[in-house]
Amino acid sequence: MIDAVGHPSSLLLLGGTSEIGLATAEKYLEGGPVRVVLAGRQSPRLADAAARLTRAGATVETVEFDARDAAVHTEAVRKAFAGGDIDVAVVAFGLLGDQEKAWQDIDVAVELAEVNYVAAVSVGVALAAEFRRQGHGHLVALSSVAGERARRSNFVYGSTKAGLDAFYTGLTEALRPEGIGVTVVRPGFVHTKMTEGMSPAPLSTTPEAVADVVVAAVAGRKEQVWAPAPLRAVMSVLRHIPRPIFRRLPV
Amino acid sequence: MSRTEKTLVGWARTAPSRATVVSGDEVTSTERLAEVVAGAGARGVVARGLGRSYGDTAQNAGGLVVDMTARDRIHGVDAETGLVDLDAGVSLDRLMRVALPFGLWVPVLPGTRQVTIGGAIANDIHGKNHHTAGSFGDHIVSMDLLLASGEVRRLEPEGPESELFWATVGGVGLTGIILRATVRMTKTETAYFVADTERTANLDETIERFSDGSDEAYDYSSAWFDSMSTGAKLGRAALGRGSLARLDELPEKLRRDPLKFDAPTLVDLPDVFPNGLANKLTFSAIGELYYRKTKNKKGQIQNLTAFYHPLDLFGDWNRAYGSKGFLQYQFIVPLDAEAEFRAIIRDIAASGHVSFLNVFKKFGEGNRAPLSFPMPGWNICVDFPIVDGLGAFCRSLDERVLAMGGRLYTAKDSRTDAGTFAAMYPRLDEWRKVRDAADPDGVFASDMSRRLRLTP
Repeated sequence: MIDAVGHPSSLLLLGGTSEIGLATAEKYLEGGPVRVVLAGRQSPRLADAAARLTRAGATVETVEFDARDAAVHTEAVRKAFAGGDIDVAVVAFGLLGDQEKAWQDIDVAVELAEVNYVAAVSVGVALAAEFRRQGHGHLVALSSVAGERARRSNFVYGSTKAGLDAFYTGLTEALRPEGIGVTVVRPGFVHTKMTEGMSPAPLSTTPEAVADVVVAAVAGRKEQVWAPAPLRAVMSVLRHIPRPIFRRLPV
Repeated sequence: MSRTEKTLVGWARTAPSRATVVSGDEVTSTERLAEVVAGAGARGVVARGLGRSYGDTAQNAGGLVVDMTARDRIHGVDAETGLVDLDAGVSLDRLMRVALPFGLWVPVLPGTRQVTIGGAIANDIHGKNHHTAGSFGDHIVSMDLLLASGEVRRLEPEGPESELFWATVGGVGLTGIILRATVRMTKTETAYFVADTERTANLDETIERFSDGSDEAYDYSSAWFDSMSTGAKLGRAALGRGSLARLDELPEKLRRDPLKFDAPTLVDLPDVFPNGLANKLTFSAIGELYYRKTKNKKGQIQNLTAFYHPLDLFGDWNRAYGSKGFLQYQFIVPLDAEAEFRAIIRDIAASGHVSFLNVFKKFGEGNRAPLSFPMPGWNICVDFPIVDGLGAFCRSLDERVLAMGGRLYTAKDSRTDAGTFAAMYPRLDEWRKVRDAADPDGVFASDMSRRLRLTP
């Protein structure tokens, strides 16, 4: 259960090496003990992530999970819940990919769609079932402002996030009557390994700052948040700018 | 239909969870209730009374919650012996109304009468008379407990079943479902108090008043204290101490009906309060008023509301905190930790976390129950509105309370972690052994039992 001051006793990160996910775990650990389940592919990176959180005071379990293999999602999620209730689950996996390749190379495009959208949907269905069974829980899905309005520079990525965003926004409504919270987080440009070498967009942010937004949103049972917060207003304007102007903007 | 899906919260309106609430026939029939327990499923079952516990004791996410208020019969009142035999779902308010005409008084009254007998036992509640009368479990002659096996067992404080009796007292509903109990009431000639009220100017005076032996002259005693003023006014208090009045102490007018149930409620607060109304400005103003209205006066005759339940003038007062709810932090520390105890009061005042409903009381001896809260010491209770940083502040308080050998109260707690709780209750393992023997599969479970890892 998330306690009276918004602190969970357990956290599941799907995408156990996600920098935003790990920063969120660390943020929670500042507020007291947390059992963290890292779901990801067995790899040195996953082991490093586990070690990092253990050092920060977490009790860490890992569960084998491959976003590309939808057939095992239900089983992976079930295993993640086997060790006890999960209070907060973060759907944190995702690919950025080479955007120029992505709209020209079928394999690259399909992989992006499968990981960022299909896997997010399949995992969302499995998580919803587990949360309903345990009667409580909060789901966090990492979307992106890229999904709010497709841009020439990354519209394949954007389209997958638009799909994820719509799915979890709908899931928010479906789970609402059952007291299960869903938060859709829309970060802007985040400085991570995934974006290394790219030139940052305006209002760029860090995994730690996004983690702060996530933690506050869960505690406040917010359903839709932007990171950083001013992006909400910016995106609201950008969504309505006519295309001839939009395509000339340096965003 | 006697089963409904509901979102449940405690009195502080935080940490909601969904459960299937069982009520009606399935609860009133013991046979059917035993079937409910047998078919509880993996998420288990817990009993719930009137929902006055502040945190998650009577919630059970994804499982069953039994609404015990349907079991509300009073089976017998014996004015001679002072014994009342009644169902666990009867409220203390009703017990008081029924028993008063017989000259019987509820032996332990908490800050509200809207709690059930079952809840009073399961939380081993205390009142202003703790230093003279102990806690609720000390006044239970026997109780019937529905076990996980479906068997109903009669438990008494002494003898072969005493271990399970004392594990159930303060056992937050995790040993079984309390069905019925026999309570030894206190005999009284009137329903009024003879009370002395006084103000203290600062924390030194407040502690002094509870340490100078004057407390022993009163059956009931507690203080409201100022937790927001820093400096010279820090810890100033309004004390209310008294005893049940004898008939010859009442003025002529009240003597005609000395056992009249005299506990007025002015108004029920509507559910319209915005978040943030509970702040330093409003609290300081109300606190100042409350402090000033308390006069240094001896031997006043006061009714129950005036002396004991001033908050009852406002029904559903928890709504004043808005939808975010609040957090009640109640702790006790041993008497010898006075210096560090003073430091805590000072740091609460300096913290910026505001609290108006502050209770200060010196407790007497505790009882045999391993999870019972009271012990000889300084008991403090503060109510904080939920704001950012409150979690971290409470964690720092936890550490200091623990270091002093103190502890938190289950009926109020809604946030501490399993490790801290176990360290605060060194007899937890002893309790677990008795509990696990009575319910090896962990059929009885609650949000609290999962948070504090109390059950298997």
